[in-house]
Amino acid sequence: MRRPCAVVIAGPGTNRDPDTEAALELAGSEPRTCLVGDLTADPALLSSATIAVVAGGFSYGDALGAGRLLALDLEIALGEHLAVFVERGGLLLGICNGFQVLTRAGLLPGSLTHNDGGHFICDWVELAPTTNSVSIWTAGITDVIHAPIAHGEGRWVHPDPQAIAAGGQVALRYHGCNPNGSVDDVAGVCDATGRVLGLMPHPENHIVDRQHPNAGRIEPMTHLGLRLFQNAVEYARG
Amino acid sequence: MQDLRLTIRSASPDPRAEALRRSAGHLGLECPDEIRVADVIHIRGGLNDTDRTRLEEALVDANTQHASWDPPVGNAIEICPLPGVTDPAAEAILHVARTIDVPVDAAVSGRRYEFGPDAEPTVITALVDRLLANPVVEAHWYGNASPPLEIPEAVVPPASTVAVTTLSDGELGELSRQRGLALDPAELSTIAQHFADLGREPTDVELETLAQTWSEHCAHKTFRATIEAADADGTVREFAPLLETLRRCTDEISAPFVRSAFVGNAGVIEFERGTTIALKAETHNHPSAIEPFGGANTGVGGVIRDVLGMAHKPIAVTDILCFGPSDMPLDHVPEGALHPSRIADGVVDGIADYGNKIGLPTVAGAVFHHPAYTTNPLVFAGCIGTADNWRQHDGPHPGDRVVVLGGRTGRDGIRGATFSSLTMDASTGSVAGASVQIGDPITEKLLIDALIGAEHLYSAITDCGAGGLSSAVGEMAEGIGADVELAMVPLKYPGLEPWEIWLSEAQERMVIAVPPASIDAIEQRCARHGVEVTDIGVFTGDGRLVVRHDGHPVVDLDTGFLHDGRPRRHMAAEIRRPERTPTGRPAVAIVPTLLALLAHPNINSRERLLRRYDHEIGGATLGRPIIGVERDAPGDAALLAGPLEASGIAIGIGANPFHGLHDPEWMAWSVVDEAIRNVVAVGADPNKIALLDNFSFGDPRRPVTMGDLIASVDGCTRAAVAFGAPFVSGKDSLNNEYTGPDGERHAVPPTLVITAVAHVPDVDRRTTPTLTTPGNLLVMTGTTGIHFAGSHLDEVVDSADVATGSVPEPDADAPRRYRSLHRCIRAGLIKACHDIAEGGLAVAVAEMCIAGRLGVALTDLGHQDTTTALFSESCGRHVIELSPADLDHVRAEIGSLTVLGTVSDDDTMTFPDGTTIAVADLVAAHTGRHKAAP
Repeated sequence: MRRPCAVVIAGPGTNRDPDTEAALELAGSEPRTCLVGDLTADPALLSSATIAVVAGGFSYGDALGAGRLLALDLEIALGEHLAVFVERGGLLLGICNGFQVLTRAGLLPGSLTHNDGGHFICDWVELAPTTNSVSIWTAGITDVIHAPIAHGEGRWVHPDPQAIAAGGQVALRYHGCNPNGSVDDVAGVCDATGRVLGLMPHPENHIVDRQHPNAGRIEPMTHLGLRLFQNAVEYARG
Repeated sequence: MQDLRLTIRSASPDPRAEALRRSAGHLGLECPDEIRVADVIHIRGGLNDTDRTRLEEALVDANTQHASWDPPVGNAIEICPLPGVTDPAAEAILHVARTIDVPVDAAVSGRRYEFGPDAEPTVITALVDRLLANPVVEAHWYGNASPPLEIPEAVVPPASTVAVTTLSDGELGELSRQRGLALDPAELSTIAQHFADLGREPTDVELETLAQTWSEHCAHKTFRATIEAADADGTVREFAPLLETLRRCTDEISAPFVRSAFVGNAGVIEFERGTTIALKAETHNHPSAIEPFGGANTGVGGVIRDVLGMAHKPIAVTDILCFGPSDMPLDHVPEGALHPSRIADGVVDGIADYGNKIGLPTVAGAVFHHPAYTTNPLVFAGCIGTADNWRQHDGPHPGDRVVVLGGRTGRDGIRGATFSSLTMDASTGSVAGASVQIGDPITEKLLIDALIGAEHLYSAITDCGAGGLSSAVGEMAEGIGADVELAMVPLKYPGLEPWEIWLSEAQERMVIAVPPASIDAIEQRCARHGVEVTDIGVFTGDGRLVVRHDGHPVVDLDTGFLHDGRPRRHMAAEIRRPERTPTGRPAVAIVPTLLALLAHPNINSRERLLRRYDHEIGGATLGRPIIGVERDAPGDAALLAGPLEASGIAIGIGANPFHGLHDPEWMAWSVVDEAIRNVVAVGADPNKIALLDNFSFGDPRRPVTMGDLIASVDGCTRAAVAFGAPFVSGKDSLNNEYTGPDGERHAVPPTLVITAVAHVPDVDRRTTPTLTTPGNLLVMTGTTGIHFAGSHLDEVVDSADVATGSVPEPDADAPRRYRSLHRCIRAGLIKACHDIAEGGLAVAVAEMCIAGRLGVALTDLGHQDTTTALFSESCGRHVIELSPADLDHVRAEIGSLTVLGTVSDDDTMTFPDGTTIAVADLVAAHTGRHKAAP
């Protein structure tokens, strides 16, 4: 089976790049972690890939608001290349800090701000895929996905959330418990093409059953975050 | 060129205002009705209108924020970091301005708190003093801030000489006090004699270098001292230095998996061929007392560098915290000290900030509250790391370059090593301000990124911790010598005196020895990751430590004298005879007692605190600090294994200062047992366990304190031998004392934290306390004795008129029993397992019910006296769940066990006398989430 090339994009302070690489690899792709500087020095690294993931972490220590400085790096240093990558049919995912980066960079709708609880929170959440979503990353998944969260600025807000939902751009909603006060329980949104997705939870930290805190008590394989990455690999294989 | 300020407000209510209200509530402080919080950016530059707009667009999110360049008016206070204190937001602004090409020359970040016009000035002042601004690192203004945007150029005085050779002992003592050298009289006269022999006076840099190298913090003088100890019956005996006792114990155990013990920054063990684990735990007590956030923050940063300093990749951190009571009335807090809950909030924020940002899971820990920690909070931070095919570096070699990597050097943390070797008093916060710093986890993350994978490019590595370059370069140069130039060291701002550069404890720096042929490769790696790297000199081979400033030598010391010239300390000790008569407690009402224990601050659910730490990053945390079907019950030990790995690493903690107050020797035995019991409970192999020791005691120059230290070293080494678990590294923090305004000295309870790091051969056979299946049996292994001294029962039930009795007695059969239990776990016979600790059997069983949201019907408690059976804290015990069909097999394997009863699905905990408690009430008491049903 062909292993599509994937790029994990990291900035200074990105820290879930190894976890993201592990997920992409297990899902069947050939991942490689690149710093923004690596991609500007050699644009072919991005253009030869079909999947790109902006990984989670604390790029630039969240100074001036989560994701702001790495978004600026992407816009200034990489702007065109990233736009071309998506236009040409590439799949782009932003996880946690990566989601914050992609909203700041204008590639995804809405903004992410401080959790309504006022501080960082780490817990496991359940994510329900929406039925009308155009996202390729969640296409065909009807089971609830379980994944950990670890963020302080994860409350998604948008001036017109109904319009985003109506356009099929809400891909995932918190199921049961909304941990951060996101509008309309939104956990993940995509762009109009469905190829760009951002979400606050960490599907890359639920790639095998035993990572679940209640492993053994829930249906095996069903709720894995790995399924998002498998979807992307399958799409990339064409 | 103009000075501008941009005020940025959140469009929706800023959650920080609510957090402030909560914190004020905890302290019993009055709070104005109206509070708003905003961020402020102060910049200096030549910006035109377009520049301003572009900068504002880059900094402000129009969806969630409003910003204004007009200076605000109204009732407010503003806070900015003091010049020289780490200010990542300011760095970020400069980065943004450079990126979008807007001319900004200097920046400072700030916070603004706005109050309604009616807010009382006294209320605001109290908030500022008690909660909002810490004068150690921050300045505040009533109204709008005007922080200095540049640090004024200072004329750097050259190194000066200090006359010591002609001073009397009394004058030397006065010099030591004035400069805060914290040296003993014998050490001062040795130094004076050394320079008299050389026919010259030392420079200030040399004197500070000696004070740092010979400090308690760096030289562990007490643990290396010879001791004369008097027993309770008056017999005087000579004792070997405590460090020797610990090392001898490790030699005696001679475990095949120990690769490096008590050498370098961390211990190294190898459970599986080819993969080594580096482990270390540190204390950061004094800094955390005066600046809790920065103290804890840099404590975590420091211990991570210890592991990096053994060329291992850090993979997880731990923390153990000791605070005063959080409900202490504000007017009971001693002068100069911070309120315990402010310390606790700051420490937890500091740990979370560093661990979360650097990207390491915080996986294990403990929290204790005791009044004696009010003025001396304790913060223990641990780290483990792994490496493949690790080989101890054998350098530095003559000709290797002295290379400094990472953060820049400032006036932060000057004299931390000597500060931590002094007793604190009411003036400590203001005098020792420079001893504390705020960490920068991203810089350290980049250091890890640059150095992991570069092991072949350097011949030696160490971290810059206490004592700064003096300690790092001084230790590396031992026996070989070095010649370094301070003018090469990159500074945060100009004006540092030579000794300040040399002694600065600025964070996030490492020193490596690099063969000249590898310099280019190191520089390329560092450039890719954005890490500053500087060649400051050479390892010479002539055995002299030479430090220059602009070419002029300011230090020229024989490394032999520096490291071996210190006269050995002699300590006097008095060993007390602890009370060990088994003494029971009167009968208590089970229900209120158990609920009070579950709600006790040392036992209750850590869920809210632990959710502040990322324990999921890495995807390897299989054994979590909070477990159970609702994720709100305590786990016994952390268990780490990569997603596809068959085996893993368990980390368990043992500590009990309450027992330490009564009987330091047996306390030490039982905390070793506890740490081991915890790792065994998750599936670790009892034959593959390594230990770390961390002693936090009072001033050892008091003979009774020294005696307690001897007793506890004795207890923990005998336990280590009994369990076959060697110590591989440790750290002592002494002088945890505070002299009150009344002249009274307050010391911490004898506090020994043991960290056990163990091999888990098959993670698919791991166990947790979560009860699984109604109908299964609940069984206790081990035996219950009458052990109530320092028990938590005494914390919740008034026992003032009862004789204290004994702390838990060493259980000689425990090592054998844990091996048997492990065989049962490996065979898949154990469905749940939990260790019995604070609060005894009742609390352990209740926690298993909470974890599984299942009930139990207890029929036999394992001791004829119900209070003893339920609440005695005897060590060596576990509670396990097993299928009735497996009972005979497990009994044959383990031997002494008690069938307590049966797991049930009726949601109640039922006792043999018919008493019942609803599991929901256990949960409510433990989590404090809802009130127990009436």
